[in-house]
Amino acid sequence: MKSLMGTRLRERRLALARKQGEVARAAGISAAYLNLIEHNRRSVGGALLVRLAAVLGLDAGGLGDAADVAAVADLRQAALGLGLEADDPHAFLARFPDWAAVVLGQGRRLAGLERALGALNDRINHDPHLSATLHDLLSAATAVRAIADILDETDDIDASQRKRFQRNLADDSARLTHGAQALVAWLGQGAQAEVAMTPQDEVMAWLADRDWHLPEAETGGVDEAGIAGLASEAARSMARAHAAQAVRDAAVMPLAAMASMSADPVQVAQAFGVDVIAACRRIAALPRAAVGLVICDGAGAMTFRRALPGFALPRSGAGCTLWPLYAALARPMQPVEMLAETTGQPPQRFVLRAFCQTLLPARFGGVERRLAAMLILPAPAGASQGVVMGPTCRICPVAECDARREPSIL
Amino acid sequence: MARQVLLIEDEPNIAEALRFILTRDGWQVATLADGAQAMATVAQVRPDVVILDLMLPGASGLDILRGLRADPVTQALPVLMLTAKGQERDREAAVAAGVTAFMTKPFSNSEIVARVRAMVAA
Repeated sequence: MKSLMGTRLRERRLALARKQGEVARAAGISAAYLNLIEHNRRSVGGALLVRLAAVLGLDAGGLGDAADVAAVADLRQAALGLGLEADDPHAFLARFPDWAAVVLGQGRRLAGLERALGALNDRINHDPHLSATLHDLLSAATAVRAIADILDETDDIDASQRKRFQRNLADDSARLTHGAQALVAWLGQGAQAEVAMTPQDEVMAWLADRDWHLPEAETGGVDEAGIAGLASEAARSMARAHAAQAVRDAAVMPLAAMASMSADPVQVAQAFGVDVIAACRRIAALPRAAVGLVICDGAGAMTFRRALPGFALPRSGAGCTLWPLYAALARPMQPVEMLAETTGQPPQRFVLRAFCQTLLPARFGGVERRLAAMLILPAPAGASQGVVMGPTCRICPVAECDARREPSIL
Repeated sequence: MARQVLLIEDEPNIAEALRFILTRDGWQVATLADGAQAMATVAQVRPDVVILDLMLPGASGLDILRGLRADPVTQALPVLMLTAKGQERDREAAVAAGVTAFMTKPFSNSEIVARVRAMVAA
């Protein structure tokens, strides 16, 4: 809370070497009152602020600097979040800057916790390993219950049948134990993973929170308050870079003009004279866009991960090598399209459109860099069968796969 | 003649237990573990009722159900679908596809026998 309004007025007056009484008179207030304002003991706004700014040769709009404006908005938000209406956040911020910082910090912490809760919730609902384990547990429990009922209620089972049921019972009890242990291990690992959220995860969670669309970017704005709420400096810097990119994309591919475009990044690129990956980014950043997007660098490391319901992406590490993303990486400037089918039950079909471009090196003799993007789109009704693929080998149930790089844990 | 039930379930131990209790209740029980063979087996066995697991290798229970409803011969064949908790969306899809009844795993033996009987009587 350094750049407070009163302090700024005082600094400006001292810089101009003008007396307090003289400035107060010119602004039509008493010297004592100006003194209170300058020491942030009284809030100032409206017509008085405009007069003071004029006397001191300042731009009144620029006086309430972005940090103060954002802080006031955040204070209001913090109150509203608790269902309260607090009046005059300006005065609070000016008079109790340290306590305001506490309230703001708590507000951000709360928002962060809510995001983490949302991410956990997502993991529980969409983790293919978890759902496979739960399914296995339920199957085992179903068999155990059915067999136990039979053994309990039927007196005249012949010996060999009884023996078979007993063996099945033992097998399924072992499965239950194994499944329960796997579940406990998964939960334990999850607790650690949540603490060690990567900066990229933070940025993706922030974008997911905003439903992947930044409305302020359409008019050249940046969600400073939202970005300031991210936990790590690395995440804040990545989010700022992303927001700036979104502003540039929105400027060259305006929302209104995008409305008539299909989700074909090559057509969008040609229509607006932009590169294909920018077109992919823009398609995936439109309001309520039902598309997924993965962007990776030349090493295949994912730098952007937006999943589409039904088409899960791995939480970390590389994706399925069958993704056309990787085929595109080896064939820059050639659009690669593929019809894909997920391993879930029932299987879902998707159209995957991938493209790779080389980035100009910084100078002659500089390194060549590649960037590849893959749009994930729901397949149109009646699409023919696609290539069957899972998110990544570890959690992929496809038994016969030439591209498998490690055994599945399923 | 004893009534026929076709049990399509990929978990062998569940299938064996169900076969046992239904046989004791006077049913002839045919079992099948692979969804891909379902339509052919139904045509061959001509069951009075089908018990169908939702999650099967080969083809999903939902696809099989849709196939049965699309065929005039099996359009009205009673189908009891076995689902697990947490498959509510799939259940909605099964209702839309014309399922006759559901049973949620884990179920009790007497419930399933009563349900199968009721489906044929109706």
